[in-house]
Amino acid sequence: MTATTGQSASAAARASDVWKVYGSGEAQVIALRGVSAEFERGRFTAIMGPSGSGKSTLMHCLAGLDSVTRGTVEIGETTVTGLGDAGLTKLRRDKVGFIFQQFNLLPTLTAKENILLPLSIAGRKPDQAWFDVVIDTVGLRDRLGHRPAQLSGGQQQRVACARALVARPEVIFADEPTGNLDSRSGAEVLNFLRNSVRQHGQTIVMVTHDPTAAAYADRVVFLADGQIVSELIEPTADTVLDTMKKLDTPAEVAG
Amino acid sequence: MFRATVKSLLARKVRLILSGLAVVLGVMFVSGAFVLTDTLGRSFDSLFADAYAEVDVNVAAKPKLELGELEGEQLATPFPAATVETVRAVDGVAEATGVVAADGARLIGSNGKVVTSFGPPQLGGNWTGESDLVRLREGREPQADDEIVINKGLADAGRVAVGDRVGVLTLQPRKDFTIVGIFGYSGDRDSLGGANEVMFTTPVAQQLMLGESDVFSNVVATAADGVSDEQLRDAVAAAVGDGYVVKTGEQLSADAAAGLKEGLSFFNRILLGFAAVALLVGTFLILNTFSIIVAQRTRELALLRAVGASGKQIIGSVVLEAIAVGLIASVFGLAAGIGIGALLAYLFGNLAGGLALAGVGVPASAVIGAFGVGLVITVLAALLPALRAARIPPIAAMQDVATPDRPLTKVTVGGALVTAIGATLLFLGLGGHAGDSTLATILGGVLFSFIGVALLTPLISRPVVAALGSVFSGWVPGKLGRLNSGRNPRRTAITAAALMVGIALVTGITVILDSAKSSISGLAQDSISAELVIAGAQSGPRPPTFDPAVLDEAKAIPGVRLVDGEYGDMALVGGERTWVGASSEPSALVEMFGLTATAGDIGRLGPGQMLISSDAAESRGLSVGSTVPVQLARGDERSYTVTGIYESTPLFGGVTLPAEAARDFSIPQPIQGYIQLESGVRAADVLPRVEALLADSPEVSVADRDAFIEQQAGQLDGLLQMIQILLALAIVIAVLGIVNTLALSVLERTRELGLLRAIGLRRSQTMGMITVEAVVISVFGALLGVVVGAGLGAAVVEALRDEGITRLVLPWGQMGVFLGLAAIIGVVAAALPAIRAARINVLGAIAHD
Repeated sequence: MTATTGQSASAAARASDVWKVYGSGEAQVIALRGVSAEFERGRFTAIMGPSGSGKSTLMHCLAGLDSVTRGTVEIGETTVTGLGDAGLTKLRRDKVGFIFQQFNLLPTLTAKENILLPLSIAGRKPDQAWFDVVIDTVGLRDRLGHRPAQLSGGQQQRVACARALVARPEVIFADEPTGNLDSRSGAEVLNFLRNSVRQHGQTIVMVTHDPTAAAYADRVVFLADGQIVSELIEPTADTVLDTMKKLDTPAEVAG
Repeated sequence: MFRATVKSLLARKVRLILSGLAVVLGVMFVSGAFVLTDTLGRSFDSLFADAYAEVDVNVAAKPKLELGELEGEQLATPFPAATVETVRAVDGVAEATGVVAADGARLIGSNGKVVTSFGPPQLGGNWTGESDLVRLREGREPQADDEIVINKGLADAGRVAVGDRVGVLTLQPRKDFTIVGIFGYSGDRDSLGGANEVMFTTPVAQQLMLGESDVFSNVVATAADGVSDEQLRDAVAAAVGDGYVVKTGEQLSADAAAGLKEGLSFFNRILLGFAAVALLVGTFLILNTFSIIVAQRTRELALLRAVGASGKQIIGSVVLEAIAVGLIASVFGLAAGIGIGALLAYLFGNLAGGLALAGVGVPASAVIGAFGVGLVITVLAALLPALRAARIPPIAAMQDVATPDRPLTKVTVGGALVTAIGATLLFLGLGGHAGDSTLATILGGVLFSFIGVALLTPLISRPVVAALGSVFSGWVPGKLGRLNSGRNPRRTAITAAALMVGIALVTGITVILDSAKSSISGLAQDSISAELVIAGAQSGPRPPTFDPAVLDEAKAIPGVRLVDGEYGDMALVGGERTWVGASSEPSALVEMFGLTATAGDIGRLGPGQMLISSDAAESRGLSVGSTVPVQLARGDERSYTVTGIYESTPLFGGVTLPAEAARDFSIPQPIQGYIQLESGVRAADVLPRVEALLADSPEVSVADRDAFIEQQAGQLDGLLQMIQILLALAIVIAVLGIVNTLALSVLERTRELGLLRAIGLRRSQTMGMITVEAVVISVFGALLGVVVGAGLGAAVVEALRDEGITRLVLPWGQMGVFLGLAAIIGVVAAALPAIRAARINVLGAIAHD
């Protein structure tokens, strides 16, 4: 099954018939089986699925962190598949932002330095007005001079979000961004992500296994056994949970 | 627990190999030194056993003046030929031969230069016929007074052949001879341990080598059948009486070897000193590695504690790892040491003109030294980290503890304390308050200072590293690298401290030697007014000499005002062994060295008169008119009267005798000559004429004052270079330390590197970041080293002020070079870790646990 909803010429990221195979022979594991999906600009998409469904692999392939066995991945106008290290580095600088579950920040740098790091690495000047908007959105203005060790987990994750956002990438990939946070901090971060999509037109692709987190997204794509099996638009925690339950029943997957 | 230790060892091969390498190098130095001295020692044993194989009993006259191995060559003492008859008449003597053998026969090779042996003696003697040891290879024995035979090694070195007419310098100036034969030794050897031998007819040998006719230096006797060497020795000793030393061939060879071994053991101690430096640096490195390993294993160790391991078991596990590393490193170090020792022995053997090497042996001292040092150092260095490991609480297994930034107070206070102890010891040692243990006190002071400064480094590192790194602040990877190097002050500090030790020692020694050089040059500039100086470079135990006739001839050159020839030798003055000089022209001496009289007349020196310096006069309680008994190397004891006392100067002191006394010096020819010109005469005009006079004295040359001073001061350069090369090893070990620290840091920060790559850091930028970290650490270490070294050097120079080292020279250029070198070292050390960091797989790093 292929996710066809939201087909649009202005996709921020696109996977076309992506296969990912690890190992060979007896030990062969097929993580992705011909996944095709588009992630439209200005939308917040969640990728869900049980463990081992291939959701993280899909995100890694989309972000150019991992190579695909077959098929192509595009981000904006750029074909990611086949890029060398230099090309991938440039892609990550200019078009992609990341938010990881943990270890998002360099302990030696202050919050502000961490936020501006991708720009300074790329040798670009930050847009001061946009920087201020981002800082105010994440509510970190009084924490800018602090080092990560002096920030709470939620604050650290907000710094990571600000860092991803400040470069205005084509798409931000978030890998379980709330996985290590308590529910209140998690809600803060998710609200912030959703606002950045609604108010500033940012594109975000988030991998999660938490239905509550997925409910913040505009659209949820469900993966099982390396394939896209279902999709929800304007999800709520309940509809997500229902779909997940169905996925756990093998008979439903076969379709 | 044991199994867990072994597993963790295997899991960390690479970093243990790196730290083990430091131990390997140190152990290599230790065992290499023992193997070298043992091999050479046994080679000398067999050399002398061969050389004296045909001597059953040897008779020599008691020396007038006994010298130690490091004081100079023992002079052969002549005795009347009649003694040979006395020995021959002793019951049990089958044969007795009068032998002339003395050091100092220098052949002038085909290139007009003296053939030198660089250490082994240059023997001159009488040809006593072929034997089992000595065989003519070509030609015949010497018959006429102007005929000689020489050994094959000497003929090859001088590129001379049978039939050639060659000059030979002996007690007398150059005399020319025809080579009529070339001989070799049993076993197809061209020389015995590199010694050169020139054999004359007996009367010529007596005259040239012993300075008298009808005298010998030895009688060699062989025993009749049924008489043992010892019996014969006792019988001969009884017959010749008190004035002689009678020894069996075995004793003789043992004594000769023992003399050389004294020199060898001195050499051994120097090598061990450098080994100690290498090991000190190695200790820092091991300490650091184990600290990092323990820090990285915090969770693992806590888990072990949580499942019931005791603190003791944890210590045991870390120490066990250290023992394993120490053992393996010692084995490799020993093997490398044997190789290096054998190689050096081979090189030394070649240098000494083909010393036949006894097989390479591994003495017990090498094995014990290797394992003792390797194990003890490693375990000691691992002890602190082990104790820290034992303090890890089990709860740490559950927590995500980043290495906490522990306060530096304790370390800093300890460091200040240890530095203070070091400074005190240095003060005591250098100030001369430590009496007999001065050297030990100074060395202890240096060691404590190093450790103290190393402990203080974490505190210093913060501001200094920040300042150093600010150079790179405009560049993002540079800034990240700088921040990383300031991240773990202890680790940075120990790594830098390891480099500090080597650089500090090199800097300190450079400061001392440069100061000495400059002080000596300065003094010489100020106090020598001779425009021309005759001197040569010394290449063996004998100083170069020239024909005293040159002195008179030089005086006859128009434009020359004063000429003074200087002689020198060890002598017994008032029963005390001391260096004495003799001057051909004291008035010239006084003028050219700017000496001032404190008592008596120092411008004249008649027979039986002596001049002494004010220091010597004071220490011996002498004044003008005192008489002192003086025993020179030759002749009988004789009384000298003090007729003048001059103010001591750093360049000139001690006892000066008239030139006629030099006849009884072991080297009765002038060693240096000073020429002062009439005013208005240019040195360059006179120089070629003096040069022409020296045609037959190829050991020396004439130079103007500046060139001479340069030459003299330049002798220290060779010493400095040698020390620098040996200390380079300590620096190499420190570089290993930097590589190790960086490699571990890269490993530790895999995740961070992955993150940086994920947000757009290029490979080249990643490498730049690691390189900056390395450069900051190594330049910091070098900076510490340069500062500490300059401080230590200045302290020593200050302490030597009374010895005439009055100028403190800080080698800014050299110090700059060290800092530049450190930057290069940093780049080199960073290469592998940087490549590794750049190759990190972004996805793998992010998923890294």
